[in-house]
Amino acid sequence: MHIIVCISNVPDTTTKVKFSSENTSFDDSGVQWIINPWDELALTRAMELKEDTSNAVSNVTVVTVGPAGAEPTLRKALAIGADDAIRVDSETGDAHFVAAQLASVIKNGEFDVILCGIESSDYNGSAVGGMVSEMLDIPSVSAISGLRIDNGEVLITRDIDGGREEVSVPAPFVGVVQKGIAKEPRIAAMRGIMMARKKPLQVVPVVEAEKLTTYQEYVMPEPKAPCKMIEADNVKELVNLLQNEAKVL
Amino acid sequence: MSVLVYTENWDGKFKKLSYELVSYASAVAGMIGGSVTALSIGNVQQDELSKLGAYGATSVLNVDGAPEGLDNQVYTSIIAAAMEKTGAKVLVMAQNNTGKAIAPRLSVRLKAGLAAGVTALPESANPLVVLKKVFSGKAFAKVKILSDSAVLTLAQNSFEIAETGGSASVESFDPGVDVAGAKTTIKDVQKQEGKLLLSDAEVVISGGRGMKSSDNWGPIEELAEVLEAATACSRPVSDEGWRPHEEHTGQTGKIIAPNLYFAFGISGAIQHLAGVSSSKCIVAVNTDKDAPIFEAADYGIVGDALKVLPELITEIKAARAQ
Ligand SMILES: Cc1cc2nc3c(=O)[nH]c(=O)nc-3n(C[C@H](O)[C@H](O)[C@H](O)COP(=O)(O)OP(=O)(O)OC[C@H]3O[C@@H](n4cnc5c(N)ncnc54)[C@H](O)[C@@H]3O)c2cc1C
Ligand SMILES: Nc1ncnc2c1ncn2[C@@H]1O[C@H](COP(=O)(O)O)[C@@H](O)[C@H]1O
Repeated sequence: MHIIVCISNVPDTTTKVKFSSENTSFDDSGVQWIINPWDELALTRAMELKEDTSNAVSNVTVVTVGPAGAEPTLRKALAIGADDAIRVDSETGDAHFVAAQLASVIKNGEFDVILCGIESSDYNGSAVGGMVSEMLDIPSVSAISGLRIDNGEVLITRDIDGGREEVSVPAPFVGVVQKGIAKEPRIAAMRGIMMARKKPLQVVPVVEAEKLTTYQEYVMPEPKAPCKMIEADNVKELVNLLQNEAKVL
Repeated sequence: MSVLVYTENWDGKFKKLSYELVSYASAVAGMIGGSVTALSIGNVQQDELSKLGAYGATSVLNVDGAPEGLDNQVYTSIIAAAMEKTGAKVLVMAQNNTGKAIAPRLSVRLKAGLAAGVTALPESANPLVVLKKVFSGKAFAKVKILSDSAVLTLAQNSFEIAETGGSASVESFDPGVDVAGAKTTIKDVQKQEGKLLLSDAEVVISGGRGMKSSDNWGPIEELAEVLEAATACSRPVSDEGWRPHEEHTGQTGKIIAPNLYFAFGISGAIQHLAGVSSSKCIVAVNTDKDAPIFEAADYGIVGDALKVLPELITEIKAARAQ
């Protein structure tokens, strides 16, 4: 079984968000780039599955669509344990464009399990995974909080309103993962970092693809009014304010 | 030009979210011209279906047969067939588990630009420009749709329900899709019956590491009961196993927007706020006056959550009794 994890290269989640050129582009000066948190969990789970040899996972590949500046993030994924990496050499575009690049890479390989995150933490697109599956005309399962392999059968736990389901799905398929898929993201060890330098990282050119959307402008949220402080021995006043001022009780 | 809105049902019933979606779809139709058709899949009674008319749908397409559980490919085909039948240019869905699972597939199938997590009416109709959250709520972006058609998923609780007092005709619709061809097989379902869903709750009572131990959740549950609220928590709390992981809110957990959010012993890390900052009113109780939660909160108490909670329960009960 061969797993591919789609990695979105995103600003560290504590980044102070700023925009430039009249709010038409994200200002990435001084930004630390990381593996999108859900993709990191997906990769962690893929490594766990590979390590248990009974699962017969032969290979874990990581792929990103992005410029050369995204390579340190791919190297980090290799350091965590991925066997090889692919970078589609492109500025990231809209979700449809990115998904088409990924679909092309996946079509050219032999992948059984394609893992994506539920969203990129920067643009919150929640789009690419589902789009890839539709382009490849293969099944997709979303909201995945657990994934195991039992005698070659892939068994998925997915969250539904008020509960969870266990689902089986034939390979190849796209799994869109969220929290729970792995407990903690795996951190690269020194040995992994050393080994990552020698692992294959292939750069492939873009394929022609349409963009269906574009980000026109960014808007910062309205600054909010300062918090009203209430003395700890005056809880009654809090209840009064919630009832009569905020009118939420 | 018309708008199709997919209204999911829960055991044959619609909920507030469904009416938000229809209200939104009808406001969009008002801007681009045309009417709203609602699509329902699965077993829903006639009187429940016709309720959608009161929020602006002029017709309802009802697909009786549906696979057990969500099969993304089957649902995509059914909704695509309804888009074709109605000739709609805009598809409106919810930004929930179902919407996130199938809207991207529909975007590809229909060659329709997707804007996920839309929070307001379009800025302009032609070209279609919509506002959505980016950077987990730290900013908004105006997304321009470049294609002829569009798929919009609406962020929950971001649009006021508006009753139009209209009525809808209900038509049964055969999408010509092989429901038996579903590739996903449901092996097992575990549901917590009767529990108020976090995503549906108007009031949410949440606890963080400042609550010290799972043994201290009694008053949080009691307050939730008094206020008919749902309970939630920060990530370390669910990681510790003090609370189930479904309760964790934040960037990597559930994103909610209730009317009222109580944060007891939660520091207010940016990743936590990403899941709750759209709440209409936030109340924070924290021993540290400099905790970042107070920058996001509307009302705050510097104090011990374990002491404030019982007093709050008493005061709310007293206020209610009046
Ligand atoms: C990639 C990434 C994603 C993340 N996603 C999430 C997420 O989705 N959701 C999330 O919650 N976190 C998330 N986190 C973790 C986040 O950064 C914080 O660590 C976490 O939110 C802190 O939880 P907390 O406020 O409960 O605990 P702490 O930060 O330990 O805060 C406890 C607070 O309780 C107060 N306190 C102590 N005793 C009392 C008392 N008796 N009464 C009242 N107050 C008291 C303290 O002053 C303190 O402010 C994420 C982190 C990363 C790196
Ligand atoms: N540029 C990219 N390269 C590779 N994978 C991506 C890229 N953008 C998004 N993805 C994948 O798609 C998921 C959802 O991203 P998005 O649709 O951007 O919110 C991410 O978690 C990744 O798994």
